[in-house]
Amino acid sequence: MARMKFLCDADRCIECNACVTACKNEHEVPWGVNRRRVVTINDGQPGERSISTACMHCSDAPCMAVCPVDCFYQTDEGVVLHDKDLCIGCGYCFYACPFGAPQYPQAGNFGGRGKMDKCTFCAGGPKEDGSEKEFALYGRNRLAEGKLPLCAEMCSTKALLAGDADTVSDIYRERVTARGFGGGVWGWNTAYESDT
Amino acid sequence: MSQLLRSFLAAVGLIAALAAAGYVAVIVGAATVIGQSETGIEESARSDGWRGVRSGTAGRVSIPDPQAGILIQSEGEIWRSIRNGPVTAAGAWSMFVMLILLAVFYAWRGRIPLAGKPTRREVVRFNGIERFAHWMTAASFIVLALSGLNLLYGRYLFIPVVGKEAFAVITEAGKFLHNFVAFPFMAGLILMFALWVRHNVPTRVDLQWLRLGGGLLSDRHHPAAERFNAGQKAIFWIVILGGVSVSLSGVALLMPFAFPIFGKTFVFLNLFGFGLPDMLTPMQEMQLAQVWHAVVSLGLIVVMFAHIYIGTIGMEGAFQAMGSGKVDAAWAEQHHSLWAASAEESVTDDDSVPVAAREGQG
Repeated sequence: MARMKFLCDADRCIECNACVTACKNEHEVPWGVNRRRVVTINDGQPGERSISTACMHCSDAPCMAVCPVDCFYQTDEGVVLHDKDLCIGCGYCFYACPFGAPQYPQAGNFGGRGKMDKCTFCAGGPKEDGSEKEFALYGRNRLAEGKLPLCAEMCSTKALLAGDADTVSDIYRERVTARGFGGGVWGWNTAYESDT
Repeated sequence: MSQLLRSFLAAVGLIAALAAAGYVAVIVGAATVIGQSETGIEESARSDGWRGVRSGTAGRVSIPDPQAGILIQSEGEIWRSIRNGPVTAAGAWSMFVMLILLAVFYAWRGRIPLAGKPTRREVVRFNGIERFAHWMTAASFIVLALSGLNLLYGRYLFIPVVGKEAFAVITEAGKFLHNFVAFPFMAGLILMFALWVRHNVPTRVDLQWLRLGGGLLSDRHHPAAERFNAGQKAIFWIVILGGVSVSLSGVALLMPFAFPIFGKTFVFLNLFGFGLPDMLTPMQEMQLAQVWHAVVSLGLIVVMFAHIYIGTIGMEGAFQAMGSGKVDAAWAEQHHSLWAASAEESVTDDDSVPVAAREGQG
């Protein structure tokens, strides 16, 4: 069974934000919710690098551990998903997540949070695969259609890779060997420490 | 026998002191660890490339939220381990230990009886406004405590019983209740403070009361007390200070990222050489607010177990003081002798029979 992971090659990312746009469009993500973002460090200085980041679908996912209503689950492929029918919008997963992945639409008084939304690795949610309900709540279920996440599919420089962990790390390893350098598999240490 | 009493009292005191020390240790530890997470992260050979990124250095991002520029916030893992670890465990243990202590105390001491015969003369102990303030705070506190405990323990206790769907409905209702009932709680705190602060200034009488164990251990020597005895004064200050603290951290949680309080608090504490990190990110503020809110609330819940015990089954005649607001003159004399003397003047009757005549009948 494949273990799905994202890998962002920071030596290739050109901060075009196509992944962000693709994600927003594919899933019709509401205003103010950003499932994926591109962060540029050392902006305008030598050593500038950009990284596209979203939910990393951690092995020992902190969001799952702290959720008071236990609304998260992990698929056989390692994708961390959640049930919006259970989510109470408490915000704990956002406090726990190392990557800032959980997002909340504004709802109610005092800046109260609505149901959490985050990257699904284009794998939908607990509703029936490909159903209208699933699309409305979680976005497109591309994995069920045999496709990989759109952000990586649309990446112009193929900096962002998504798919089976062994495959994407092989691709990355080949690149590093060919070009003679590599910044490392960003975020993997934080996300997947326990299953290496 | 008195040896036994003394050792029992010592044990209770020791446990209380240990629990208090534990709470302080947890929060100081949490503050230090969350604020200086860099030192807590082990660097491994398979590095992420940039150490700065892993310790929370922010980059530039096109989203109009500077927080989104932080690629990795490692404090999340620390917050998780503190919340799911020591806070959950210490909270459960301290509640359990307090209940056991109260059960043991009840089994040994029984219900503290009214000394002598009731006089059937009633003295007003708490007037309408005072009882309103108490019960508004008490009712809100119970709602807040139950909905709060549910967030911490419900996942383990109730999901196996009622299932995830029903539990989510209950917990979401609890969240809304918690958010809104917080306001009567805060109003009650302010009211109680205004009404009772002048009766709760510690005096020399309290030392004597404490030295005699508050008359909790035996019926023979009941120490003198003013309107509030030292134990009640302690409860008052725990409720006021703990309540204010839990309210401030609660407001910080209610309005996410809009009400940072810990950075400022730590700047103040550092004047006394605490050396706490005072440059906190908005996320660290929220994490500390959650830990602090949980720890102080659990502390208050444990203290309230004892308060509710002594106010209900623990002592004859105690409940009516806050129930009907009136106590028997004998009870007032027994438990609050100094106050009773001054309250004699405001003796009330439930009918028109003169006091002297009824005393004659009694």
